[in-house]
Amino acid sequence: MLLFSGGKDSIILLRLAEKAFRPARFPFPLLHVDTGHNFPETLVYRDRRVAELGERLIVASVQDSIDRGRVTEERGPRASRNRLQTTTLLDALEEHQFDAAIGGARRDEERARAKERIFSHRDEFGQWDPKQQRPELWSLYNGRVKRGEHLRVFPLSNWTELDVWEYIRLEQIPLPEIYFAHRREVFERDGMYYAANPYVQLLPNEAIRTETVRFRTIGDMTCTGAVRSGARTLDEVIAEVAAARVTERGATRADDRFTEAAMEDRKREGYF
Amino acid sequence: MVAVAITPEHFGLDHDSELLRFSTAGSVDDGKSTLIGRLLYDTKTAFEDQLQHVEDVSRRRGDVRTNLALLTDGLRAEREQGITIDVAYRYFATKKRKFIIADTPGHVQYTRNMVTGASTAALSIVLIDARHGLVEQSRRHAQIAALLRIPQLVFAVNKMDLVGWDEARFRQIEAELREVVTRLDVHDFVVIPISALTGANVVERSTEMPWYAGPTLLHHLETAPVATDRNLSDARFPVQWVIRPQSPESEDAHDYRGYAGQVAGGVLRAGDEVVVLPSGVTTRIAKIEQHGVTVEAAVPPMSVTIHLEDNVDVSRGDLIARPHNAPVVSQALDAMICWMTDKPLAPRGRYALKHTTRWTRAIVDEITFRLDVNTGEQVAADGLGLNDLGRVKLRTTTPVIFDPYARNRTTGSFILVDEATNTTVAAGMLL
Repeated sequence: MLLFSGGKDSIILLRLAEKAFRPARFPFPLLHVDTGHNFPETLVYRDRRVAELGERLIVASVQDSIDRGRVTEERGPRASRNRLQTTTLLDALEEHQFDAAIGGARRDEERARAKERIFSHRDEFGQWDPKQQRPELWSLYNGRVKRGEHLRVFPLSNWTELDVWEYIRLEQIPLPEIYFAHRREVFERDGMYYAANPYVQLLPNEAIRTETVRFRTIGDMTCTGAVRSGARTLDEVIAEVAAARVTERGATRADDRFTEAAMEDRKREGYF
Repeated sequence: MVAVAITPEHFGLDHDSELLRFSTAGSVDDGKSTLIGRLLYDTKTAFEDQLQHVEDVSRRRGDVRTNLALLTDGLRAEREQGITIDVAYRYFATKKRKFIIADTPGHVQYTRNMVTGASTAALSIVLIDARHGLVEQSRRHAQIAALLRIPQLVFAVNKMDLVGWDEARFRQIEAELREVVTRLDVHDFVVIPISALTGANVVERSTEMPWYAGPTLLHHLETAPVATDRNLSDARFPVQWVIRPQSPESEDAHDYRGYAGQVAGGVLRAGDEVVVLPSGVTTRIAKIEQHGVTVEAAVPPMSVTIHLEDNVDVSRGDLIARPHNAPVVSQALDAMICWMTDKPLAPRGRYALKHTTRWTRAIVDEITFRLDVNTGEQVAADGLGLNDLGRVKLRTTTPVIFDPYARNRTTGSFILVDEATNTTVAAGMLL
């Protein structure tokens, strides 16, 4: 199964899959873990892209996991469904008996991801054990798993953010429009701009205002920050990325900021 | 359809001249992570939030200077213990080139990680502490680099600041290195005096060592030739996937039968006479394409789809080559291996073996010797333990289609996998 979120990295995965398998169909379905807190633009893009490709999309919904009592919704102004996705994903893997999930994570994104294998093993609880990783030599990938275990496969491991943008330009791949500068209602929190959205309660000192922004990453509306930017075209975005002095996740992802090892902790539990 | 001449530069991001993959190895406290931190810092690749984070943590830990090693040590246990446990991959770019670093831990118990990092490297940096000179581990690192046939070696003699920037000390180490290297099969190496801590001769030329006229480390990395290990003489195409549309959307797709994979050697062209192995059937290449676009020639490391003129039986794991320059097809293998797991390799042991795109099963017929990586001596052995290197004879249940590793790193390498745990237990290089 290929994890498709409508974000730029998984959009590239789809292009790579086309290159690998066309004119035949992909030998796997696509899976979107839908938190219910997506940017509407992302969902429009997702459905259009899936229809164009004629591939099968499975949507695993965090709302379903909540309704079935598998997870409990967080409360308060900082509530997010980010962490709940892990259960939804693991349940979907089990339900469909997937033995591999192809994802768009890159090693340059984050410290813990820098240590991850391209074929990364998960035990039957979906957990990652960074100290017991299989050696990965040459391009000889070991895809063997026991029943109930699975692999996360990261074809973009060695790509950087700039590589991703340059490839999008080279291949002329269309993107959701929120990657480009646009006027949007935002509020400021912890030094980041968040899109005004129905899923987040404002704190007393926070106010909505309009800014020209774009998104460097696309996750949930509750945890993905925007950057002020005037980059309206691919060339302008690439120039901006090349000159960036802050990592894309550092600039825009609240979910990595909990602790020094926030990503490592979530990955151990089975996060993307 | 338009025919386009394609060169490796057209293939994705693995630009031939613009990307250098290198690995780094050193003993504990040789300052390897500091060196990488220095490269990221001085090339302005490290981002502000990463630097801020490193400064915060350094201050909290009471380090005197900002500890650049924290830029690379990513896992909680590594940061707590101040060591590198696993291979970490880092990326940086200068105006001349993009770089991928495989940062590998130096301690003897992590030899397997060093082999892992070295397996995809075109160049390896071995760090040597100027105060201690060549130690056992330096010899082991050089030995492994030679065994993995990394085309180029750089010995970075670090901590020159701690020996008073002394030329005599450097020359002495350089002479010892020359002696080690001549005994190994290494063709291309340089020795550079540096201080990762102060940055001397890493990116900026050192003012403290006017007696050194060679390149800085970064300049060497920017100008070292890449892809010298790429075999362009022996056509090799391991078939990874057979593309046969099951429900053709158009009439064109009805008879479509393409063989997809990554070129592992030589040059393949439409019209070439080819042999499909192991069956030995010969035919010709009808067409080579990339995502529906016809290409005239395919060379490593291009991923392409090949169409053959005759409707022959080809499956995943088969290999397409030229009839008068075919690889070895054999069930008896002679190889150097690095053992990577606690449970030792024993004679008569059975394992799953992966070679190119083919899985088979193998049994250990003989352990010819264990290689003492510190001295280069061949020692009789009845088993190989974790991190041991040795020569073995294997027998496989189906033929393996290979070249000696010295001739082709792709068709000459394999891994062994424990069938009970599915763990990768050995890296193998065919002789």
